[in-house]
Amino acid sequence: MKPARFDYLRAASLDEALAAIARHGDEARIVAGGQSLVPMLNMRLTKPGLLVDVMRIETLRTPRRENGALVVPAGTRQAILLDRPHVADELPLLAAALPFVGHVQTRARGTLCGSVAHADPSAEIPLCLVALEGEVHLRSAKRARRVRADDFFVGMMVTDRAHDELVEAIGLPLRAPGTGYAFAEVGRRHGDFAIVACAAVVDGRRMRLAVGGVADRPTARDWPLLDGTALDDALNALAWDLGAGEDIHATARYRRDLVRRLGRRVLEQAAEEARRCQG
Amino acid sequence: MPRLDAVRRHEIVFSLNGAPARVEVEPRTLLTDALRHGLGMTGTHVGCEHGVCGACTVAIDGEPARACLTLAVAVEGCEVRTVEALAPEPGRLGVLQAAFRRHHALQCGFCTAGILMSLDAYLRCRPHATRAELTEVIGGHLCRCTGYAPIIAAAVEAAAVLRGESIEETPSHA
Repeated sequence: MKPARFDYLRAASLDEALAAIARHGDEARIVAGGQSLVPMLNMRLTKPGLLVDVMRIETLRTPRRENGALVVPAGTRQAILLDRPHVADELPLLAAALPFVGHVQTRARGTLCGSVAHADPSAEIPLCLVALEGEVHLRSAKRARRVRADDFFVGMMVTDRAHDELVEAIGLPLRAPGTGYAFAEVGRRHGDFAIVACAAVVDGRRMRLAVGGVADRPTARDWPLLDGTALDDALNALAWDLGAGEDIHATARYRRDLVRRLGRRVLEQAAEEARRCQG
Repeated sequence: MPRLDAVRRHEIVFSLNGAPARVEVEPRTLLTDALRHGLGMTGTHVGCEHGVCGACTVAIDGEPARACLTLAVAVEGCEVRTVEALAPEPGRLGVLQAAFRRHHALQCGFCTAGILMSLDAYLRCRPHATRAELTEVIGGHLCRCTGYAPIIAAAVEAAAVLRGESIEETPSHA
């Protein structure tokens, strides 16, 4: 299908984009790489009156390091981050997860912030942001604010972003010393949305597991360092708490089983890596 | 820039296969339709129209892109490359096309233009791409005829030819 009609503004500056979304409210949609929004336009699942294209805004292009995080702005494409020299050293979780985001052809266009703003509950980038306890940088014509990833994702494709706000950047905490990171997912085919995706962050005191594809948003739990049956029990409780549903791709029972198994696998892998770098 | 009105047609200017191109489009026009209907360049195919099948893949500024997920107005000033650019002259095949022919890497041919453009863009940046990398690139495309094996064989061989290596003459049917 083809999109319904909309006006189009190729914003030349951040101020121009923010003024446009302030004026048009929920009639306007931001488009960056278009890899999530344009399919929805084509299928007429959304019919905005105005599209504001932010990909020509020079100041939103290049990631920068700031206070122990990599701040990735709205215009950074997924392929650019993945090709960044030493990305596996500075952001090991992203380096592991990004190859599962769509395909080479969609990563060449799609942005990290676009995926976060879209907030599909199965998507890998929102999952990593939650696992890493990152931040979403929101900006409107009137104010700027930063929201913890845990608070940003509200429900299926629903976020804390107001209609006049742009996801200006995401802040991804850089690799911390003595900390291990791991990612795994199960999907029907590589590049499809995951049935269940898990991301783990483990240091000397604490283990954190984030799960995507089960609840209506990526959801994380923190535990002290657990193993054996204590870990089994914790994972089992999480698997039930997430309220897995049944759809064409998987039964609820299969999803719970994947949470237990993938969860254990990534936690053990991250714990092993943490031990190695503490070694 | 001024806001482009939804119900009007607007001229966009970009580079298409090395030559200047102009086409009038509504803001909602997809790049696939601008190429096919606006410019008569029907080598770019339209399959699923939501980014899954890969038949419409072209290169924008050297990077592969789904033309069906690209608004035509967004390529203003960009360099667009389509399958029509691959043959060096009418009646001759480019290196990738010749490898596809040798390996029977197409049957109905519907998906082929997109696969060729993905591989063309990838091999220009990464001439030493491994079989695994090329397999992953091809994984971004749906082909319902071949089972992919001959496509992968053709891609691996074309990469070798482009690097100037000699290849075996006997075609493998994978």
